[in-house]
Amino acid sequence: MIHCVLHDPNDSVAVVVVEGIKAGQTLTGLILDEDRTIALRCAQDIPLGHKVALKDMNVGDTVIKYGVDIGKVVAPIKAGQHAHVHNIKTKRW
Amino acid sequence: MQKSFWGYRRENGRVGVRNHVIVLPVDDLSNAAAEAVAHNVKGVLAIPHPYGRLQFGADLDLHFRTLIGAGSNPNVAAVVVIGIEEGWTKKLADGIAATGKPVSGFGIELHGDHDTIMRASKAAREFMQAASEKQRVECALHELWVSTKCGESDTTSGCGANPTVGDAFDKLYAAGSTLVFGETTELTGGEQIVAARCRNDKVRADFMRVFDRYQEVINRHKTTDLSDSQPTKGNIAGGLTTIEEKALGNIQKIGKKCMIDGVLDKAETPSGPGLWFMDSSSAAAEMVTLCAASGFVVHFFPTGQGNVIGNPILPVIKICANPRTVRTMSEHIDVDTSALLQRGITMDQAGDKLLEMMFRTANGRLTAAEALGHREFVMTRLYESA
Repeated sequence: MIHCVLHDPNDSVAVVVVEGIKAGQTLTGLILDEDRTIALRCAQDIPLGHKVALKDMNVGDTVIKYGVDIGKVVAPIKAGQHAHVHNIKTKRW
Repeated sequence: MQKSFWGYRRENGRVGVRNHVIVLPVDDLSNAAAEAVAHNVKGVLAIPHPYGRLQFGADLDLHFRTLIGAGSNPNVAAVVVIGIEEGWTKKLADGIAATGKPVSGFGIELHGDHDTIMRASKAAREFMQAASEKQRVECALHELWVSTKCGESDTTSGCGANPTVGDAFDKLYAAGSTLVFGETTELTGGEQIVAARCRNDKVRADFMRVFDRYQEVINRHKTTDLSDSQPTKGNIAGGLTTIEEKALGNIQKIGKKCMIDGVLDKAETPSGPGLWFMDSSSAAAEMVTLCAASGFVVHFFPTGQGNVIGNPILPVIKICANPRTVRTMSEHIDVDTSALLQRGITMDQAGDKLLEMMFRTANGRLTAAEALGHREFVMTRLYESA
């Protein structure tokens, strides 16, 4: 089963695509652009559609998805943690 | 891919996939009479809306362009126009009559609702009976104008439903179709990717001028970083975090190959085949209404969390790759591409699945939104009334 997908191998986050992902689970991630999988350990419960961090990130770091900039880190994120509005914000507007 | 479908060829040569007779009010005051006519004559569709009084300048131009465009859409066989007075009623009726289709206009003043409803009902009944005899004929694929706009997007939109539309758009573009996308503000963060896909420097300059203008509007009126509206609460619940992430998912709809051949103003009709960018609102019902007014006859609407939108004139095909939405809101979804996220199908197969549903819809199959009675007709306003 695919638990999460990422678009580009350089993405710093992946999207959870199944329900019920729990902390401690090992996830299979599909890299859509390359049609190959990676494994990662999930550190928190993450709902369907929400993002899991693929690496440690510090405040001010740029978050990469689709291979491009989707915003900035506003609270530290560890690999495997839930990455969303509580730790990432837009650089626009 | 199939090369033809069964459509209704109209007087001006354009092809529709529905055969509606509509009652179009010029203004808010005429909605009651329009709805009474639709009640009197079975199968006739009233299209009420809240505007049409004391508008001026570019806002008034857009009002008429939207209504004339909606009436001129080839999915419409004939139109009854009702307005509070004769002048603007005639302006709208004449604008639609330029297509050659049957149109009758009725002003309410000096007659009252009763007399107007009676006369308009007689015209609507004649139009309805004439339309019911119209036969579908075989039409070439490239005669089918297809629009797209996504809504209640989530992260599955960007990796499943939207690239499905993109794959279908790449195939339709190669077949010489007329295509449109828009949602100016929702390209924020992906505008350089869109600019790079423009056919030439002129199109690119047109696109960036329109994009920059909308950013100025946002910056002038915003009170926060817009995070309560872009992304929406639904987007955030679905896992989308920033406008940039939403935009990058959004632009998956224009595929990987097709180029942007031109930029349209709101409700403007394209002058030829290709992929067009329309400067437009990102609100679903507004954008789909503008597509109907521009002459598009089938709409691809990818959703993640489950937007339920329809349109009275333009059949809206819903595509979804979120397995939970497909399970909990199945009556709203026409094309389920959730298997993409489990490697169950390829993107090529997902695009073909959407195209198959496009042909079935064009040939007459009711979309989920049509079967459920979704007829959201929402006109875009530019500024305050005079």
